[in-house]
Amino acid sequence: MGLLQKLKQGLQKTQAQLVHEIQRVVTRSPRLTDASLDDLEAALLGADLGCAMTADIIAAVRKAFETQGRAGLEIVAIAQAEVARHLGQSDPHLRAPTGGLTVVSIVGVNGTGKTTTSAKLAHWLQSQGQCAMLAACDTFRAAAIEQLKLWGQRLDVAVVAGAYHADPAAVAHDAIAAAQARGAQYLLVDTAGRLHTKNNLMQELQKVHRVMDKKLPGAPHEVLLVLDATTGMNALQQAREFHKAVPLTGLVVTKLDGTSKGGMVVAIQKELRLPVKFIGVGEQPDDLQPFDPAPFAAALFSTKA
Amino acid sequence: MFDSLSGKLQNVFRNLRGLGHLSEANVADSLREVRLALLEADVNFKVARDFIDRVKAKALGQQVVQTIQPGQQMIKVIHDELVDLLGAEHAGLALAHNPTCILMVGLHGSGKTTSSGKLARLLHKQGRAPLLVAADVYRPAAMDQLATLGAKLELPVFVRQEEKDVLRIARAALELAAAQQRNVLIFDTAGRLQIDEPLVQELVRLRDVVKAQEILLVLDAATGQEAVNVATHFDRALGITGAVLTKLDGDARGGAALSFKAVVGKPIKYVGVGEKLEEFEPFHPERMAQRILGMGDVVSLVEKAAEAVDLDTAQKLEEKMRKGQFTLEDFLGQLRQMRSLGPLENLVGLLPGGGEMLKSADLSKSEKEFRHMEAMICAMTPQERRTPQILNARRRLRIANGSGVKVSELNSMLQRFGQMQQMMKKMGKFQKMMARMGGAPPPGLFRR
Repeated sequence: MGLLQKLKQGLQKTQAQLVHEIQRVVTRSPRLTDASLDDLEAALLGADLGCAMTADIIAAVRKAFETQGRAGLEIVAIAQAEVARHLGQSDPHLRAPTGGLTVVSIVGVNGTGKTTTSAKLAHWLQSQGQCAMLAACDTFRAAAIEQLKLWGQRLDVAVVAGAYHADPAAVAHDAIAAAQARGAQYLLVDTAGRLHTKNNLMQELQKVHRVMDKKLPGAPHEVLLVLDATTGMNALQQAREFHKAVPLTGLVVTKLDGTSKGGMVVAIQKELRLPVKFIGVGEQPDDLQPFDPAPFAAALFSTKA
Repeated sequence: MFDSLSGKLQNVFRNLRGLGHLSEANVADSLREVRLALLEADVNFKVARDFIDRVKAKALGQQVVQTIQPGQQMIKVIHDELVDLLGAEHAGLALAHNPTCILMVGLHGSGKTTSSGKLARLLHKQGRAPLLVAADVYRPAAMDQLATLGAKLELPVFVRQEEKDVLRIARAALELAAAQQRNVLIFDTAGRLQIDEPLVQELVRLRDVVKAQEILLVLDAATGQEAVNVATHFDRALGITGAVLTKLDGDARGGAALSFKAVVGKPIKYVGVGEKLEEFEPFHPERMAQRILGMGDVVSLVEKAAEAVDLDTAQKLEEKMRKGQFTLEDFLGQLRQMRSLGPLENLVGLLPGGGEMLKSADLSKSEKEFRHMEAMICAMTPQERRTPQILNARRRLRIANGSGVKVSELNSMLQRFGQMQQMMKKMGKFQKMMARMGGAPPPGLFRR
């Protein structure tokens, strides 16, 4: 590398700034005031986007705002577009039905809504004309199996369950066999909640997945991490650790019907490239919607009480 | 749990310690780092801002400029503010009434049912006669979950499967409690959003019917900025008397605890630290703040040890840890005792610097690794255990062969042990210093 190149590199930052300034002058854009930036920062931080992501977005917004001319969009609109752009980068669809069985494993920490999400997802698949089955692989938490069975009765979905303290991998194995025998298109595996810091529990999850892969090569085809929208920056850590243990294919954000915005998925999307596939917005079976970045981004900045 | 926050604060302090004096500029620099750390820990941004302002005002005051080691003074200011924010002392429950009614309220999935069971176990151990009341009429199988917990604890649970009216459940439960002489009722209510007005009103009516003495908000430690909204809404509607912070065994930094305390002003009474029913502890703000500052929670560790070990040994251990005279022999004894104390990760996390150690060395594989360590130490002579410095290559080879590991593994164990010793020494000094600043300054400190 020549001296010139080094010099060029060193000057790049200065140059970028200069270009930005010139653009600003040429387009006669107003400078951003500190007050409006503070408001934006408060909104972003308040929506759990985290410091790093907030700083990124503010930088992008400043650049866009100061170069778009006097009559351009206001900063919130720019920020919204920026968030939507981040979120819309990967495919949010669930794997389309193939000839055989598609296994969807639902994982997450305790109390994020895995069981409810499994049931809702089964309902959603049914409404799409697919045949779905549920596997109750949470053999640890008290009454988790009953909870899923009750959902199964309510939604008229078959549930495969084992006994409490049974090996969840064995239940998953049996469930795949049962689903294949019935010719179901989707099998939703509801796993037990586990904190991502508990290595033994993460290993148990890996085992469940290994056993499924043995029974049906390629399974689980989809691994969805369920995140509680009220969770803060720890969500990123959860996603990282789960992704490390069992490669995830997407996220489901639950409890978005409250005032929480679930902004941490923006940071997750940026770091791990995991698309949000569904959002949970209530306790009823239909309260699970396929994810759409634009309204989600808009909701981040809304000020509903 | 607060490891990352403490790590960041430690970084800031490392820089501060070297400073001769504090100027407005370098205080601002450091505080920016502290603010970022707090935000990353999910402390609400308004709470963080207020906190920084308070620290700044104090740090730039006279007291700092006059002292000889402003960096250390700064640590004390931040520490004190943190303790202040978290609440001064552990607050118990108001259990004077007969019967006392405790409502467990909170969002979905925050851990109300599990916490109810844990609280019942604790109260039962304290000689009360608790009755668990299943008042979650919405979530499928919620009542079964509580009934299962009750059966496990061998405590009575009031369940009316078909009843959908919470108030009727409450009245019947009160009658049953009177008939069976149960003096504490714990109501496990359904999870609800703080903005779901009809459901919140249901809680208000329940509170009025049972004249609840304690209304505990169950809060997930991983809750983000939302913690402030949740806490204020529930408090405004119900007048909560305290909080239970759950899932603290994860690596969430628990900024929610700071936010809750700052906006509601009510104490955090208990913390849940695991899935098992006995993993439930009183909240100690002082300890938590020390933990945030990376001073380690030796008190908790010793308390835990005291449950399994006799008091003498525990005190000796703490003494040794503080003085940095912790030898491989003590280490071996500890390894063996720790087995009976539960997962090793939890315990090492309590040691000063243990959090960072957990991160760098994957101690989650610990059970196996620690078995190896035990074997290695067993293969040493008593002299070697006391003075590991004498371990030359021949001795190392012998020990490695004797315990069935590679020499490299032995080396890394010794290195890690050395680090641990260092941490303990440092922590000992640091504690002494804090004690000094807390009490009257010893003669000679300010005279120079």
